[in-house]
Amino acid sequence: MRRAVKLGLAGGAAMVLVAAIGMVAAFQARMLIDPILPLGTFFLYLVAFIFGWMASKPPVTLEGFEPARAGIRNVLAGAMAGALGGLCVGLLLIVMTTWDLRGVFIALSPELAEILSFGLPVAAAIPVIALVAGAAGALGGAVHLLSPRLRRAVLSALAWVLVFSLFTDIFGQAFTALRLEFLVDFIYTGRGGALTIVGAIVVFAVFFVLYWWMSGRTNTLRQRVQSMPRGQRSRWQIGAAVIILVVLYFVPKIMGPFVSQILVTAGIYLLMALGLNIVVGYAGLLDLGYVAFFAVGAYTTAILTSPQSPAFSPELSVVASIPFVMIAAAVAGILVATPVIRMRGDYLAIVTLGFGEIARILLNSEWLAPYFGGAQGITNIPDLQIGPLTFSTPQDYFYPVFLFVLFAAYVTYALQNSRWGRAWMAMREDESVAEAMGVNIVTAKLSAFVVGAILASFGGSLFASQIGSVFPHTFDIVVSITVLVIIIVGGMGSVPGVALGAIVLIVLPNLLREFSEYQFLFYGVLLIVMMLNRPEGFIPSKRRAQELHSEEMAQDAWLEIYGEKGQPEQVPEGAV
Amino acid sequence: MTEAATVDARPVRRAARITPVSIFLWALRIAALAIILYGSYLSISSGRLSAAQWRDLFVFGISTGSVYALIALGYTMVYGVLRFINFAHGEVFMVGAMMAFYVANALATTTLWTSSPVVSLLIVLVAAMATSTSVAVIVERIAYRPLRGAPRLIPLITSIGASFTIQYLVRGLVGPSTKAFPRMEQLRGTTEILGVVILKSQVVVIVAALVMMAGLYLFVERTRTGKSMRAVSEDPETAALMGIDVDRTIVKVFAIGGAMAGVAGALWGLVFPSLNFFSGFLPGIKAFTSAVLGGIGNIVGAMLGGVSLGIFESVGPSLVLAGYEIPAFSQLKDVVAYAALVLVLIFRPTGILGERLAQERT
Amino acid sequence: MALLEIQGLSKAFGGLRAINGLDITVDEGEVVSVIGPNGAGKTTFFNLVTGMESPDEGSIVFGGQELVGLRPNQILQLGMARTFQNVRLFPAMTVMENVMVGQHSRTKAGLLGAILKTPSQRREEREIEERSKEVLSFFGTRLAGYRHDELSMTLSYANRRRLEIARAMATNPRLLLLDEPTAGMNPRETIELTELIGQLRSERAYTIVLIEHDMQVVRNVSDRVVVLDHGVKLTEGSYDEVSTNEKVIEAYLGRPAELGA
Repeated sequence: MRRAVKLGLAGGAAMVLVAAIGMVAAFQARMLIDPILPLGTFFLYLVAFIFGWMASKPPVTLEGFEPARAGIRNVLAGAMAGALGGLCVGLLLIVMTTWDLRGVFIALSPELAEILSFGLPVAAAIPVIALVAGAAGALGGAVHLLSPRLRRAVLSALAWVLVFSLFTDIFGQAFTALRLEFLVDFIYTGRGGALTIVGAIVVFAVFFVLYWWMSGRTNTLRQRVQSMPRGQRSRWQIGAAVIILVVLYFVPKIMGPFVSQILVTAGIYLLMALGLNIVVGYAGLLDLGYVAFFAVGAYTTAILTSPQSPAFSPELSVVASIPFVMIAAAVAGILVATPVIRMRGDYLAIVTLGFGEIARILLNSEWLAPYFGGAQGITNIPDLQIGPLTFSTPQDYFYPVFLFVLFAAYVTYALQNSRWGRAWMAMREDESVAEAMGVNIVTAKLSAFVVGAILASFGGSLFASQIGSVFPHTFDIVVSITVLVIIIVGGMGSVPGVALGAIVLIVLPNLLREFSEYQFLFYGVLLIVMMLNRPEGFIPSKRRAQELHSEEMAQDAWLEIYGEKGQPEQVPEGAV
Repeated sequence: MTEAATVDARPVRRAARITPVSIFLWALRIAALAIILYGSYLSISSGRLSAAQWRDLFVFGISTGSVYALIALGYTMVYGVLRFINFAHGEVFMVGAMMAFYVANALATTTLWTSSPVVSLLIVLVAAMATSTSVAVIVERIAYRPLRGAPRLIPLITSIGASFTIQYLVRGLVGPSTKAFPRMEQLRGTTEILGVVILKSQVVVIVAALVMMAGLYLFVERTRTGKSMRAVSEDPETAALMGIDVDRTIVKVFAIGGAMAGVAGALWGLVFPSLNFFSGFLPGIKAFTSAVLGGIGNIVGAMLGGVSLGIFESVGPSLVLAGYEIPAFSQLKDVVAYAALVLVLIFRPTGILGERLAQERT
Repeated sequence: MALLEIQGLSKAFGGLRAINGLDITVDEGEVVSVIGPNGAGKTTFFNLVTGMESPDEGSIVFGGQELVGLRPNQILQLGMARTFQNVRLFPAMTVMENVMVGQHSRTKAGLLGAILKTPSQRREEREIEERSKEVLSFFGTRLAGYRHDELSMTLSYANRRRLEIARAMATNPRLLLLDEPTAGMNPRETIELTELIGQLRSERAYTIVLIEHDMQVVRNVSDRVVVLDHGVKLTEGSYDEVSTNEKVIEAYLGRPAELGA
């Protein structure tokens, strides 16, 4: 009860903030389901839904106790939390219609009031808002009532409805390219339009049935493949790989230049994320200046290939610059790593951040402008050419970027089960013990930094030749943070997770313009939520899932780690 | 004591060994020192700046440095009790500065602003303190408290998330535009103290910072709450066994750090009258550098570190960089802070007054 | 010739002299127990020998090589491995991987080898795996096959201690330093481990130095017992000699006069 009130007020604060930072109004233009559900309203009440769900979450049950059965109480708690949140929004509505606060809070516009009040007069609107928010909260609470199988199917199907309604352009384009225009007309109000009510129901139904039918069956499929004789299994695996490759081959052709550009950007981020994953995920070294290596790659390619390079311009081809890029990145990795070798984890983070910023400021400075072009950067970087192939459009670049990502993923896998991979992980777990077990800490740290730096520099090199120019302001700290968010959301150490992280975090805000405004807010919130709830990411590698969720064991282990004296020094730094 | 030292003693100091890494680090130290000394020699011998100009740079450095020191207190105190870098503290400062801006702006349209500047400044200060304190406490409650006892990098990453969240919430609330802090007539111009001509606004900043720091020092050293804070930073578990409410003490630490950051935010407006949602990042990093410089976990150290960094930063570019005739050297001002951080951690990781926390093993 | 020869070893933490002018010699093939009351400097002694801390004074010669000034990984390379009093495994790595890390210093594959999957790297990887399995098999069913892919943090306490010994064995040491190997074990496990220490010497020919509080264990395994108190060697000799030594009894129980007080 108290929990419901507390969470209701917290949820109310969150809803008010969502409205007051302009999100609701900015999102309103996008219709999710025509004509009943615009994105702004949806987002506002999604907050109520989430807090309703949290408010009615059953308390942690101790072993040996009967878990409390979910029942009407959950729904009530959720409804209450939601309604309280709604009342807070009502309060905001009263305040903002009484006084004009736009001098300070720029988003509190009359349009927002219009959206919040559903067009009703304020007095009538407040009960309506409370009711709707209460209903959303109650739905959130009701989630606990569903059996796990049903819950999974319902939530997944709802998520797919959301995907279909958000990415109408992509689906429209894909369906048209595949000669399925009738599907577009059927579920959308037109190409690029919102889902129709019928369309939403159809999408929901299709995916609901699919998930309901599939639940429990994917594992058996996997087991069947696993249990096959070796030859047959590898044939299956090769077959699957070929299908995926064929699909990927057609992706840029179907999607067109706009989406391909976004995919290329996501691919470059993914490349960096795989590199950072080795530094942070394997070796446990939190590098916040990772963007510096990206910059090294980009500038090395720029200087070596562009005729506009101010001081030295050999005008190599992009491919010929790659070996130099690797050398430059390796040197940069060693230069950054050496001073921080004996530093503790958090200091290492801040110092590497400092290095990243120093790099950007120096590239931007007039002092070094004769070499790096200062704020004007270096332009006229040629396109990538491999033999007779020239890569110029975003669609073309999809393939080399994809190849590099594939290579990085392979390196990640290959190093995981290797002598140095194990040494890195041992160092992450407990540096001094790793050293006492024969791991040369200096070499291990330097090599982790160098491998990470080289992968990031590939990204920089591709980026430079694709965009055709480099400017210092590109290499901002937010790039480092974005890459960090990708690997944390994706689950450190897991390649598919990192890939999904890159797609969600880069593609989403680029595809939905209104999201890009709030991109970094989302990143920030995601970091906090991930660390509080699921430090292992959404698609964790098996290892981390086991590590972070085997609770009693973990507690036991933490006691060990902390010893009797609670010395945090012995905590494995990398157990993030 | 005996038990603690022998059962699982942390390494204290290791005999120097010649390895490639140590050679590299020594080369780096010598090179840094040589660059700094030679640059200073060049610019002093060129006589480009007069003694008065040097002095002005110094005073300016002291006044920005005292703002850094106020922010650094928050880093150092939180590090003292929780052993993690509260990355979001720069944003706590920014929120205070934002609030100070809006309150000052509102007051500037009234007669109070010109008729009684002291009262208006106090109002601004209190508003900024209240805002920063509440933000600091809320962040602690939501983002850090559930993570007690987690491996150290987890709260650090959380605090990076909190930092971004606050920045972009503020951006959404008040917009991305840069705001100009209103001027106060009485603070225009200069005054003379002990024969030195100083800008009035700088006098206010230095005096206010000194008063706050003295107050904080007395608070931590003399009061019960201060004692419990020191006890918690010494050993949280034993403190809990001695009947200290650790959670409440930690909240108080955050609150005090937040209040100091709020004061810093308001004073910042007097020195640098422009402000946007990103204004907390750099002062935050610099304040952290100050805390490390002074010896993290040490309150007096934070003050010393802040003032030293302020002086380095304001004198350094003209002293060292100008000596090499680097064009537009003021662009590199922020490099000085970062370079100071790196060099301090390489030269003397304990800072001026600190214990050895930056390095685990040497 | 002595395998390990320590002379005049001293280490102070601030004002506290944890180790003060210690001389200890260990011969090849011996099992030596180091005992002493809490705070006598036993673990510090291990830390100094393995290079995790550096001494203020003194020399440590191992197999004719001076150790002072070497980093822990170099010392391990020379053939000395240890376990820790408070069990410090790599918790988020599997049992197998923990042991495999132990062989880091005995193998040499580089990053490029791992990426290119060169034949020599693959052969070495296979050898590491085989050797790890062989080491684990020394513990019989305790760390049997089905446990190899479990995370080490999920093991029981006694198994963690065994795994730590396995990890140390995987480094191919000549000298094994065991820091309270039976601490926290129940009587049956203690007996089992006592036998195991015997096997370590008889089957594997390790020289062993152990810190131990359980006098039964000390009596059953040691050739020689060294008693430390306040960083100074009180006495050394066979178990029977030491256990009847007045100074030792005094160090453990306090002076009779103090007992009354």
